[in-house]
Amino acid sequence: MTTQTQAHSESHVHRDDIGARLGMWLFLFTELILFGGMFLVYSIYRFTHPEEFHVAAKELNTIIGTFNTIILLTSSLTMALSIVAIQKDNKRLSIFFQFLTILLALFFMVNKFFEWSIKFHHGIYPGSDTLLNEKSGEILFFGLYYVMTGLHGLHVIVGVAMIAFMMRFTSNGVVTHDNFIKLENTGLYWHLVDIIWIFLFPLFYLIT
Amino acid sequence: MKENNVQHEHSPSYGIYILVWLGLLALTGLTVAVAGLDIGRFTVATAMIIASAKAFLVLTIFMHLKSESKTFTVFVIVALFFLAISFILLFADYSFK
Repeated sequence: MTTQTQAHSESHVHRDDIGARLGMWLFLFTELILFGGMFLVYSIYRFTHPEEFHVAAKELNTIIGTFNTIILLTSSLTMALSIVAIQKDNKRLSIFFQFLTILLALFFMVNKFFEWSIKFHHGIYPGSDTLLNEKSGEILFFGLYYVMTGLHGLHVIVGVAMIAFMMRFTSNGVVTHDNFIKLENTGLYWHLVDIIWIFLFPLFYLIT
Repeated sequence: MKENNVQHEHSPSYGIYILVWLGLLALTGLTVAVAGLDIGRFTVATAMIIASAKAFLVLTIFMHLKSESKTFTVFVIVALFFLAISFILLFADYSFK
């Protein structure tokens, strides 16, 4: 839209920022249903296998989990600050905050990589012999752990790509102090990813 | 259509976001600390209440629901309402099996 309309004078540009944000929220609701379905499956299996979930969760490292929670919460802060910065017409600061957000997201993924590597090293991965010899509740727990944190990780990667585009848009003037809806919607997406982790963290790491 | 271009009516400030971030960190500390206590079946409920409080902060401040028009809040409440129905019906079924 922007590339086509930039040639026109400001008064002729048709914009509907509220509509754009509402559209983003509607998309976020589909994400809510996607993850909500998984949380439903989790809650039922935890209800039917409470002891086995309890035992399986002991394998997870609470310190890495807490650390990643802090990283993701901080990345949400830097994302929100980048929007304040662009509103104040401070382009460089906005780009810097977006860069910090990407950096924190990558840090999160590196931790996730080491966490999963250690699990794999211990023979705990979907379909492994070690895991298949455990009780069914433990197999379910790790199945859900890999699918839910895996899908969340995928969202983090998508978020990084989107913020990278926003850094470019901010530097070349597509995102400006009076037209930052793209950055705003990217922020909405990023905060949703944060909210999902806010629920994943206690459900997987804190049930021991 | 002109008023739809107004993104946020009040002047933005960094302070509120840093304050909310500190609140989120405090709640994270709280949930980790409470998980260490042995409070039996209240463990899950406590963890979920704290997580909901954190999600509320992110939704209202970071995601700007507080400064949006009421339409947005109604949308979010309706979406959460249907998710809640799914949970209630599922557990209504499983609890009496």
